[in-house]
Amino acid sequence: MNDDHALKNPQMEFRLFVGRMLFAMLVVLVMAGVLVGRYYYLQVVRYDGLTTLSDRNRVLVEPVSPTRGLIYDRNGVLLADNRSSFNLSIVVERAGELDELIAELDELIGVSASEKKRFYKQLNRRRRPYEPVPLRLDLNEKEQGVLAVNEYHLPGVEVTVQLLRDYPLGKETAHVLGYVGRINDREIQELDPVRYSGTLVTGKTGLEKKYEDELLGEVGYQTVETNARGRVMQQLERTDPAPGKDLHLYLDSRLQQLAYENLEGERGAVVAIEIATGGVLAMASAPTFDANEFVTGISFDHYDELLNSPDRPLFDRVLQGQYPPGSTVKPIFGLAALESGVIRSSYKIYDPGFYQLKNEERKFRDWKKGGHGNSISLYDAIVQSCDTFFYDVGVKMTIDTLAQYGSYFGLGEKTGLDMPTERAGIMPSRAWKKGARGLAWYPGDTVNASIGQGFSLVTPMQLAEATARLASRGEVRPPQLVRKQHTVMPPVNIIQASEANWDYVHKAMQDVVHNIRGTAQKINRGLNYHIAGKTGTAQVVGIKQDEEYDAELVAKRNRDHALFIAFAPVENPKIAVAVIVENGEHGSSAAAPVARQIIDAYMNYYPEALGKISDQQSVKVGGQE
Amino acid sequence: MSQGDFVRQMDSGSSAIYGTPNHWHKIHLDLPLLVLLLILAGAGAFVLYSASGQSTHHVNRQLTYYSVGLLVMLVTAQIPPRFLERWAVIPYVGGVSLLVGVLFFGIGAKGAQRWLELGGFRFQPSEILKIAVPLMLASYLARRPLPPNFKHVIFSLVFIAIPPLLVVLQPDLGTAILIAVSGFFVLFLAGLPKRYLGFALLAAVVVLPLMWLYGLRDYQRQRILTMFDPEADKLGAGWNIIQSTIAIGSGGIDGKGWMRGTQSQLDFLPESHTDFIIAVLAEEFGLIGVLLLMTLFLLIIVRCVIISLRAQSMFGRLLAGSLTLTFFVYIFVNMGMVSGILPVVGVPLPFMSYGGTSIVTLMLGFGMLMSVSTERKRPG
Repeated sequence: MNDDHALKNPQMEFRLFVGRMLFAMLVVLVMAGVLVGRYYYLQVVRYDGLTTLSDRNRVLVEPVSPTRGLIYDRNGVLLADNRSSFNLSIVVERAGELDELIAELDELIGVSASEKKRFYKQLNRRRRPYEPVPLRLDLNEKEQGVLAVNEYHLPGVEVTVQLLRDYPLGKETAHVLGYVGRINDREIQELDPVRYSGTLVTGKTGLEKKYEDELLGEVGYQTVETNARGRVMQQLERTDPAPGKDLHLYLDSRLQQLAYENLEGERGAVVAIEIATGGVLAMASAPTFDANEFVTGISFDHYDELLNSPDRPLFDRVLQGQYPPGSTVKPIFGLAALESGVIRSSYKIYDPGFYQLKNEERKFRDWKKGGHGNSISLYDAIVQSCDTFFYDVGVKMTIDTLAQYGSYFGLGEKTGLDMPTERAGIMPSRAWKKGARGLAWYPGDTVNASIGQGFSLVTPMQLAEATARLASRGEVRPPQLVRKQHTVMPPVNIIQASEANWDYVHKAMQDVVHNIRGTAQKINRGLNYHIAGKTGTAQVVGIKQDEEYDAELVAKRNRDHALFIAFAPVENPKIAVAVIVENGEHGSSAAAPVARQIIDAYMNYYPEALGKISDQQSVKVGGQE
Repeated sequence: MSQGDFVRQMDSGSSAIYGTPNHWHKIHLDLPLLVLLLILAGAGAFVLYSASGQSTHHVNRQLTYYSVGLLVMLVTAQIPPRFLERWAVIPYVGGVSLLVGVLFFGIGAKGAQRWLELGGFRFQPSEILKIAVPLMLASYLARRPLPPNFKHVIFSLVFIAIPPLLVVLQPDLGTAILIAVSGFFVLFLAGLPKRYLGFALLAAVVVLPLMWLYGLRDYQRQRILTMFDPEADKLGAGWNIIQSTIAIGSGGIDGKGWMRGTQSQLDFLPESHTDFIIAVLAEEFGLIGVLLLMTLFLLIIVRCVIISLRAQSMFGRLLAGSLTLTFFVYIFVNMGMVSGILPVVGVPLPFMSYGGTSIVTLMLGFGMLMSVSTERKRPG
């Protein structure tokens, strides 16, 4: 033992160490006990609660959007389809800096300002956590590729497949079918959040809106297991969605397309109605737009362009456009004159080219300078469209009779077509003028009303409906787009008039087309069946007294609207047509040929309409008789 | 030969503790400890396979780390404790120098500067100190009369304090505390008088609030706050703790089954194959798995305690004892933080978490323990 070790006491030091070591071991055991206690607490005491949390972590209930019902025309041609589209959505919870991410996406695939705006709008709405917010619908293949390659550094970006509405005849059916579009702020307040939980779009206009309830279907649900990044790993259970109901229309897509071909470059409307059912065979409003653009979200610029175009392509002229019916009301008022007993069929007038009320200087002019001459009967007045005759008879009938018969034929009343919006037009009457203008009725108003001018306004649909009632001798069947049953519809009402009077009016209307003096005789070339029609010209601006109407001097937009109504075959009417060409000037030249085309095509497609299918092998339509 | 007999006679009275030398001792290995470590490594690889999402790549690398670790242990075991005692100051001074180097030339990761790069090889000098500090302290105190007097305590505290202070500057609070603790264990085992212990507690009460206010970085404070209320920041700092607690709890008593833990397999559990691997084990093997692992850990600790009690020198005892206690601290801190009773400090679970640094450092320590276990009694 040297000095250095003299101070050390190995025995004592060892005992000290053992004591400390055993004490430390005790502490170790206590702390191990604490750990075990903690794990016991989590795994036994809190087992149920934490298992629930674990399941909530991994199990996600997500809605499965139902397939929207399809829309077919009367022959089974698909008018509204669903196609797969690849949509780009962002799960905001997983995305890092949102603005940076969108900027990056902008570089990769280009993100428009309107898409960004829409995205942020939707982002600010109430959402389920981890619900993807769509940024871009309908990625093309190149964009899908770019995203797939860059996916790894785009956190939260998801490309999902969704069914998207597709309109094969996007332009020709835009006004009838309307379109679906992204649910907007206002709609989200009104729509059932549960039913729409899996759906991005809703019907905005047209049948898509009217039949939204049936087309939508019922949402389904699936519970899926997801990983922390929300990627679905497996499906646990599923309640299938119920697909929406398909719609079968009375519409014939061929006639519809033909109507648009005939309105090419024009502004106007064509409506064709199947008389036996009230089914709408065609309803065209030109110019039109491509409904498909609205499905994926039209750009704000293009939307502005459509909205502000002077031709108003978004405006559905068939149901929203209101035009003075002009001379097309003459068959109705003619029937009224006969039925009311104001005149007999033998009643004739002399037409000097104008009409004057008793004790009044003002001259109400006939469209024909110098007049139609002597011995103008009701028949002549319809065939040649003599205004003076109707001025005279209209005043004799009074506005009350005119209004009564006008309303029998649905003028000034909504037709009740199964579309979301429709205007009523105006059938002027004393009560109407008092209510709308606060003024008394003047005899001059009656003069104007008797030729469908003045306050009178109709929609093209109304005009077609009135024509169908004329054709069916008073049978009232509300027009209908969606075919709910296949049988012929019984009329809901019948306008009472004698057969002789119906015959008289039908004959006169037939001779509008088939008589050499008829205003629409130009369209009778090669007809092998009979069309009854009536031309109309609706003044856009009033023409002052003693002022000659010179079409050349009036700007195109101030020209008269051309109207034509027709039905065929006269002997057993099947189809009623109304055509309006805005600023087309003359019903005979601008509107009537369109109606002929439609009716010809109808007779071609449905030869049984001529009742000759059993007698003849084929029907040559438009050929030489 | 006669002297050997003498030694054996001296030990025979308490052979239960001291055991008998066998041929493993010739290569300086302790068979029970080796077997326990191999079982632990096997269990680690097994859990890692599931925790890494059936990544054979990770498992293969981990097995490589185990092999490297075993080699390191084997080599270290051959170094006589006397040699370690004599040269303990070298790794200490070297380690401290490297820590200073980190502050000037270190490489940053996640807002901290912890790495040194030498010839394309990155390493954390703070790892060296986890061994170097207890080595230094054991060497210093073993030569002094125990219990240490005031002067020696003060010197010891200075030795203990320098490396953690440098590590805190990186900043890496967790490692700093672990280094300090490993040094403190030597002081404690050396018989640090109880009055100093009382004083230390008092000092802690005063210093901790001051450290909270001035010594901690924002993220460190956030980690501690998060521990107390993980719900407050569900997708941020609290995410890890919430998810690991759910993983552990939903494992129940018998677990969801190997590779069937939804929390870990579906990536809800972050760091599932590194720091949070115990949550995977708890989720897939339940409380039973946790208890088995804890038993394995405790068996290793008990074996190490036996080695330290059996050690032939005070240096050996102090070194073995402090390494053993530090080993447990790793386990406690890791399992505590994953289960939400300690802040998240980034301490891997020994032998279970994926990563070479931790394994090699641990094996270095176990190599020293084995060296101590086979030390011959020194003359005199």
